[in-house]
Amino acid sequence: MTLRESTRSAPTIEARPASKGQLVYRQSVWTRVTHWLWAISLFFLMTTGLQIFNAHPTLYVGSQSGFGFDNTVLEIGEVRQDGKVSGYTEIFGNRFDTTGVLGVSGTETRPVLKAFPEWATIPSSRDLGTGRVIHLFFAWIFFFTLVTWLAASLVNGHLRDLIPSIRDLRHLPRDLLNHLRFRIHHTAGYNVLQKLTYAIVLFVLFPLMIATGLTMSPAANAIFPFLTEIFGGRQTARSLHFLFMVLLMGFFIVHIIMIFAAGPINELRSIITGWYKTSPGEGE
Amino acid sequence: MTPNKKTRRQILQGLAAGTSALALGGCNILDDLTNEEHWLRNFMERANDLTYGSQRLLLSRTALAKEFPSEAIMQPQRANGVINPPEENYRTLADGGFANYRLQVGGLVENPVEYDLERVRRLPSRTQITRHDCVEGWSSIAQWTGARFSEIVKEVRPTEKAKYVLFTCFDERGRGARNAYYETIDLVDAIHEQTILAYDMNGRDLPIANGAPLRLRVERQLGYKMAKYIRSITFVDSFADVGLGHGGYWEDRGYEWYAGI
Repeated sequence: MTLRESTRSAPTIEARPASKGQLVYRQSVWTRVTHWLWAISLFFLMTTGLQIFNAHPTLYVGSQSGFGFDNTVLEIGEVRQDGKVSGYTEIFGNRFDTTGVLGVSGTETRPVLKAFPEWATIPSSRDLGTGRVIHLFFAWIFFFTLVTWLAASLVNGHLRDLIPSIRDLRHLPRDLLNHLRFRIHHTAGYNVLQKLTYAIVLFVLFPLMIATGLTMSPAANAIFPFLTEIFGGRQTARSLHFLFMVLLMGFFIVHIIMIFAAGPINELRSIITGWYKTSPGEGE
Repeated sequence: MTPNKKTRRQILQGLAAGTSALALGGCNILDDLTNEEHWLRNFMERANDLTYGSQRLLLSRTALAKEFPSEAIMQPQRANGVINPPEENYRTLADGGFANYRLQVGGLVENPVEYDLERVRRLPSRTQITRHDCVEGWSSIAQWTGARFSEIVKEVRPTEKAKYVLFTCFDERGRGARNAYYETIDLVDAIHEQTILAYDMNGRDLPIANGAPLRLRVERQLGYKMAKYIRSITFVDSFADVGLGHGGYWEDRGYEWYAGI
């Protein structure tokens, strides 16, 4: 048996009524362990990332931050008027009142003047030093996990599970419709929308998070001078880092919704133990 | 066909699970685990040793931080932190145009030297247009001119025991000498081409707001390492007995000593 075959074993045939599907071994231990390492890392990276953002809640484009000129793309802050303080979020010059969540949170008598509120950051109080220590710790975990997963998936063939074929892509319109209508088929392999989404997250968003993060490092700039060229300047890199975070947050929300729509017990079993119950007739 | 009732409930459960996962961030339990005395935080701080080691490994001793053309200077350099030290000894020097400013460079050196500003200005200098990256997240490009610190190192000749350079500052944050700003760098950064004691900024005398009469530039690290209002320079083998022992004012308050990232 090749390594690929041993890690993606043939489905176990169980004596079940024809109306129930087969249990198949769907994900290798490498996929499962790295998945949970990412889940934990991203939780801490996100919450400490918001803490770090709060230290200067304005995003710019280019090499530097405009104090004497305006190159702002996003700003979250507070404004006082008639003895009341309200929170705002300004995106490309368009200002929105976000009192209660962004800019100003807490209560009217004790407002909390922060970009992201205390329930969203780690630590919950203002502490850039600790936020950075934790963020950079999990950045290393995240990086090692990605490298490990890439190497293991190259060897055990998992990469092939994620890259959609031309034939797969022809099914994309129908698959998109199935997802929107929550018509779930439990198959041994990933459907084409899953493949595209996971491929974008794992091969594009994850590496870009690391690269834009490194672009903000003064020493990494000296090691890899092309980083600021690729990302249009250190401040653009910072803004992109934030944008990719928003995209990953969006992925996470859809991911959780789909897990619940597809049956969370079965889905969780497959990403913890590897075993997955397929729909009748789909367990190949 | 619309999603049936069971699926709709599952979706709402999913949304609730997802958003409450984020709210875990506000959990006080996690706060306790991350306070500065906790062994878990100390363990996580070790990750920065890995960053220091790997960046030093990959970074040639001579690799430079990016330098910009003069068109890149688009604004006055942002002044941050303390911008006008109230301490009496500093105010007296400033009122006299820093004519009586004397900089002692000593410690673990063979030849301690006392500089005045004229002598510092006569040392071989470097002018560089660089991007100042603050730990808060913002960046600002300015031109700095100053004495090459490598020339000072050549003049004072640190002994074999010397491992770090300690910069003590006039800025006491209004709360006495024990709270004075200070910073330390290793010898690799001390002799780096872009490490200078800056006395001019954007073609004019360094303003008080940006650290007059002398501030440090260490271009491959974050801004808090670049001490302003330099009062004295000492070569040491350890910074454990300075301040709270972490190698700098902000380091004593939870920030990393190596600020390459």
